[in-house]
This record gives sequence, structure tokens and C-alpha cells, in this order.
Amino acid sequence: MNSSVFFDISAGAYIAAMITYVIYLVVRNNTVSLIASGITIFGFVSQTAALAIRWVHSYDFWMSSHPMSGFIEALLRGAPLRNLYESLIFFVWSIILAHIIIEFKYKNRSLGAFVTPIAAMALLFIDISGTSKEIQPLIPALQSNWLLFHVLLSFLGYAAFGVSFGAAAAYLIMVTESKKEIPYIIGSVIIAIFIIVLVGMGIDFMSLSAAERGQLIQSHFLKASFRSASGGIAAVSWVLAIAFVFVVWQFGLGLKKVLSSLSMTHTMLDEIEYKSIAVGFPLFTIGGLIMGAIWANSAWGKYWTWDPKETWSLITWFVYALYLHARFVGGWRGKRVAILSIIGFVAVIFTYLGVNLVLSGLHAYGSG
Amino acid sequence: MEDQEKKDIFESIWHFLASVKLAIFVLITLAASSIIGTIVEQKAEQAQNIALLAKFFGDSAAPTVYNIFAKLGFMDMYGSWWFTSFLVIFSINLIVCSIDRFPKTWRYIKTPQKPMSGNAIKSLPIKKELTFKNGLDRVKDAVLNSLKASRYHVFEANEDNSVRLYTQKGKYARLAVYVVHLSIILIFVGAIIGIRFGFKGYLNLPEGSSSDVLYESQTKSIPLGFQVKCNWYETTYYEGGDMPKEFQSELVVIENGREVLTKVIEVNDPLTYKGITFFQSNYGMMPNARGKFVLDITPAGGQEKRLWLDFGAIFEIPGTGIKGRIHDFSPALTRDRNTGRLITYSETMVNPAVAIEFIPPQGNNFVGWILKRYPETGVIPGGHSIKFADYWGVEYTGLQVSKDPGVWMIYLASIIMGIALYVCFFISSKKIWVDITGDKKAVSVIVGGTTNRNRLNFEREIDKILAHVSEAIEGRSK
Repeated sequence: MNSSVFFDISAGAYIAAMITYVIYLVVRNNTVSLIASGITIFGFVSQTAALAIRWVHSYDFWMSSHPMSGFIEALLRGAPLRNLYESLIFFVWSIILAHIIIEFKYKNRSLGAFVTPIAAMALLFIDISGTSKEIQPLIPALQSNWLLFHVLLSFLGYAAFGVSFGAAAAYLIMVTESKKEIPYIIGSVIIAIFIIVLVGMGIDFMSLSAAERGQLIQSHFLKASFRSASGGIAAVSWVLAIAFVFVVWQFGLGLKKVLSSLSMTHTMLDEIEYKSIAVGFPLFTIGGLIMGAIWANSAWGKYWTWDPKETWSLITWFVYALYLHARFVGGWRGKRVAILSIIGFVAVIFTYLGVNLVLSGLHAYGSG
Repeated sequence: MEDQEKKDIFESIWHFLASVKLAIFVLITLAASSIIGTIVEQKAEQAQNIALLAKFFGDSAAPTVYNIFAKLGFMDMYGSWWFTSFLVIFSINLIVCSIDRFPKTWRYIKTPQKPMSGNAIKSLPIKKELTFKNGLDRVKDAVLNSLKASRYHVFEANEDNSVRLYTQKGKYARLAVYVVHLSIILIFVGAIIGIRFGFKGYLNLPEGSSSDVLYESQTKSIPLGFQVKCNWYETTYYEGGDMPKEFQSELVVIENGREVLTKVIEVNDPLTYKGITFFQSNYGMMPNARGKFVLDITPAGGQEKRLWLDFGAIFEIPGTGIKGRIHDFSPALTRDRNTGRLITYSETMVNPAVAIEFIPPQGNNFVGWILKRYPETGVIPGGHSIKFADYWGVEYTGLQVSKDPGVWMIYLASIIMGIALYVCFFISSKKIWVDITGDKKAVSVIVGGTTNRNRLNFEREIDKILAHVSEAIEGRSK
């Protein structure tokens, strides 16, 4: 059986769920929210099956090239967390898992409208980045027992940070009184930039031939818009982008009314924002930084080399450490820490994607 | 008077070093400045970074900007004086703030919990009230049992017509944050031990050769204290492509002329001897090297025989009279898709092939290419097989060599940090007080508590404990 069918089903389900959650925000009908949850859970089950099937396949794939491997070794080497595609898929799985847990814990279905878009954006990114979905042989550097644990815990951490980001964004909208408040300006601009980059990549995708799409990130990134050879197109792109940022900033507060009419309170959002970081921070410290360093030491004899990936993980760690200290000892509350949560997630995205796309280092498997 | 002034200055410096403001400032500065070093290539060639800067500042300004950046230490910034200073301030801040706050936490832990009156409990952040139409003793037993069921160790104090219960859990969890801070300092200590007493270097060992030193730089060597020899180096590939499957070298440790250890190392599986570890790091071809062609020759139906031959050497397939001569070699042979001609597509041994000119006893000579990765290419007419096992002695293995006596401390600190982080976020320090006042007919129960985190969870826990109490009493009285 092919895992891609189940992946496609889950991707479709998540996008449908996102739309349904947004409809729920507008019509505020409980049946609609139940449907949204149902679709999400259906997608989650389907994706879990897809991950399991892919694991079995890559286990066989490893065995075919390494027939002398033991069961455990092949299981570890075959874990579907080995390239950009698989890790993004796992990120989506983790964030949906976190979302389902929160829904059950808080008996509140509104946050879905802020978390499912993160999953949908990641899925969209997978498709337009043209990253290979094939099961690939494992290069020697990745043939380590640390691979599974390092990636697994890092991405569970990233997903928790993603949830915190969603809660922080919703929180900011809820508590902002005036568009001129600095935290709101920063938050709305960052969210607008996320969308602009994705739309820009979508335009790249459509302007490229099927063969060129595999190289979108490496050689065509935003070249159909902002980095276009034609000055006119580039100029228009910038004007449109700035206009879009303005629109998001201008009308983003419109969501406030919708949110306040739901059972969501800003205390609850604030709590989810913090608790997600409380879960994510230890996971990321242990899985991302510590295990990464131990792995680097056992592969290269250096646990820390300040390569861009390591440095950006450390920057991410600094931002969340700052969040925790500002909140618990520094007396920062509300909007100021919400902005830190948003900046933290920007650092996460840069650690994970930006370094591979823009900078280079030992982790540059993004070319796969 | 002067002493007082000195004390004041000392105190304000101390407070500054212990302050959260400093912590926030240092974290922001470290995070923001670290970005520079991920954009400007570190320890790179000058030309490379000038080209990079030209993209931002233009060709004419780039060299000037480069000079300014270089003066600021951006080209090797993580080792620069100012970045190191920030790390030192970060450590001082961690240590001072921990020392500053620790006594208060310790006192909190060591001060015995005291019973509280009903009115005092009512002023706590979390409080609940219940009344029962039952006797005092019965209610007290129910509360005691319910608290014990939630694994609280309960103390009690008796007044005239009331009982006061008090209990706490997880008080030592308040120390976890200090342990996290300590583990960060231990990591720094481990790193300093590694830098001070260890070394990092490299060693390029050609196949068949040995060395008793490693190199820290092109001009600085460090003695190993023993010899290490590379028997062979080999890259293997996944079938049907040039994706490397494994980089391997066989290393031998020789001490006092005796071979003490042999190991095939690969990426993620190094060799360690006397605290020095050899990692498979890279590989390459030695320019103008002349190696040996290693051929495994099996006449049809006969025994396999291994030959080590020089370029141009002539050999015979045993018992057949067929002679062969090493005629040509390509490190990476392929057929050009357009012209159909054989070409060499890489300087490294991606797809090594040897051309052998066969000289049969009768008939014409012929030349055949035998590919190492495709043994079926070595079967010649008559069913004789020539396997191209290796072109030995032309490659070197690139080893990363390091000795790091501080690494165990880093690992230990990491484990401590992992556990302490878990405790810090998921185990809360909780205190509960109960005041039960009344007579044989009616009592009022006042419950209150404090916690350092997860207040909502704690409230739910107290609700649950009280629900058990009501259940026990009302269930029985029915």
C-alpha cells in the first residue's frame, strides 16, 4: 500500500478543517465546530497511518541496501524523519496532535482557526517548495541512532512553539485596543510577511516548469516576484507586498470582534501560549540542542562549531529563555511576552528553513 | 562613613549583576549579535566575504566595510573579545543571581509549614469553603483520607473546637531552576577544560602510511604518543547512482612497534585510543600517486587468486595462457550520453575502472574496461573472471582528531539540565491548609493553597480532593 494516498487524504482533511474552523469563527454554530474537529481527527488518523506505512517502506528500503542490519538498527535508520519533506510532514503531525490535546483539555474549539493554518501553510510549503517526496537512501552523516531522537524531540518542540505562536497571535488580536500599539504592529507585520513569502513561492511554482520546480528553493526562490530580473515586476511585487502588510495591519483587528464573541478568553490564550512554551522549551533544549551537540561530537568530534544551524538553534533558545525570564522574574506580561512568543517562532522557522535556504552548514539536507 | 560608601557601591554592583534587567539585556544581545556570524562566513577567505558584502553595500564600498567588520571581529566573531565578554557577563549574571536568590528559596524550603486559621486561609490565592451537617471527627477523617489518597503527608494541630491540617508537596522542585543555571555553568566549565587541556586537529593519512603526529594547522603538529596507520580507505555507493553509502577507513594503532588495535571506522563510528579519537571526516586522491591495482582473478572453474600489480604490468590468468596488461585507469568512468564515448567524469574515485589489454595465445588482442562497482564487467570470453578489487595507495583518508577531556562534564551537565528542566516545568511546589471548625452537629471546612506554577491544575486537584470528601461523608450519611 502506498503511503502517499493517506498523506494526500490528511492534507486535504487539514485544509478542509482549517476552512471549517474559520467558518465556525464566523457563524459560531457548534455543529460546525464539531465537524471541524471531526475532520481534523480523521486527517490525523490518516496521517498517522501514512507515517506508519512510510516507516515500514523505509525500513524495507534500508534493509535492501544493508541486508546485514538488525531489526532495531533498520527501525532507527528507517524512521521517516530523514529529509526536509519527512520532517515537515512530522511537524504537521505534531502540531495537529498538540491542537487535538488542547481542544480536549480546554473544551474549546476556537483555537483551531489559529493552529490549523500553521499546518496548512506547512503543507502548502511542502508542495510548492518542490522538495522530493521519494524515500531516499540515507547519507553516511545521518546514519546514527541519534537521528530519530534528535529530530523527533526537536519537532515536537517546534510544534509546541507553533501552538504558542498561534495562541499569541490570537491573544494579541484580542487585547489590542488600538492599531497603533507596537506589539500589534510587530505581530501583524510578521504574519503578513509569512503569507507574502508563501504567496511569492506559489508564484515561483506556477511560473516554473515541472523539471525546474525541484530546484525552486535553491535557484528560483522569489525570482518570479521580488527578485525578478525585470525591475518592473520586482517593483510591483514590493508595492503589492507593502499594500498587503498595510491591509493586514488595518483590518486584522476586525478579528477581535469575532474572537470576543466566542468562549475564548484572553487568560486562556495567555495560558496556552505559556504552557506550550513550557512543554516546548525542555523538548527543544534536550532534543534539539543537547542531543544535537552529542551527535555532532560522536560524528565529527566537535560538539559545538557555531555553524549557522547550531547558532540559530541557540538564538531560538535565547529568545525562549528570554520569554521565560521576562515573564517569571522580569514581570513582563501580556502583549510584551506575546510578541516574544511570535519572535521565537520566527527564529524557529529560520532555524529550520532559513538556514537551509539562505545559509549553509552541516544540516544542508534541504537540497533533497 | 567611607566603609558605608564602599558597601553601598558593592551592593549596587551586586544588585546590578544579579538583576533580571541584565539577564534580559544579555540574552537579547547574545541572540541579536549571534546572527551576524551566521551571515558573514566565519574564518573564511577574505575574497569570499568581500563578494558577499558587495551584494549589500556595492562593489566599491565592500572592501571598506570588510575592513570595519574585520576590526570588529565579525570574521571570527564567536571567538572575538567582545562576544567572549558577553558570554562571561552571561555566566556572571547566572552565578550572581543564583547566589542572590538561593538563600530565600532555601529558607522557604527549610521553614516548617505552620497551621493556619480559617481567616488566614481565606486570604490565600486559592480557597474553597464547604459545610457539613456531621460531626467534627468524621469530617476530619474524610479530609485526612482524601488528602492521603492524593499522596499528601498531612500534619494536624488541634484547637478548642477546630482542627487545622497542613501539608505540602514538591518543595524541593523550587531548587530545579538553580540546578538548570548550575548545569549551564558546568557546560562552560567543560568547554573551557576541553579548550585548555584538549586539542582538535586533523590528519590526512594515505593508504598504507602511518603517522605519530596530528596537525592543528599546516605548521603546527602535536605528537600522538603512538602511531596510527591507515590500511585502506574506501567509499561505497548505493546501487544505481553516485550517492555515497559509507566512507570507511581501516585504522591500526601501533604502540612500541606492536599493533594494539585495529578498527574500521566510518562516519558516526570513530576509533578512540588513550583519550584520542579519530573521526572519519573526508577523503581525497593524492596527486601523481602511483598505486597498486588489486585484481582477484578466477579462471573458469578454478581458484580465486589476488594479484597486486603496477601500472603496465603483465600477468597471466592461471592455467589458461591468457595474458593481461594493465593498460589504462579512470577514477570515474562513464559513457557520454551524446557521443557514446567513454569519459572520466570526476577526479575522485566515484566509479573506478581499469582497462586491461588481454593477450590470448591465439587470435587478436582486445581491451576491456572492468568497473569496480560492477563486477559483472570483469567476466571475459571463456568464463574467466577478473574482479577489480581496488586501486590501492592513491587515496588518503581525512581524519578529524580530537582529545577532549571536558566532554564528560558536558554530557553530565546535559543530563542534569534535562532532568532539572523537567522538574522545573512539570513539578510544582504546592502547599495546602485546611481549617475544620464546628461541633458534633455542623462543621465548616475552609481549604486554601499556594503553588508556584500550574495554578489551574492545582485548583482542579483541590476540587477533586473536596469532591472525594463530600462523597465520603454524604455517601455514608445516606
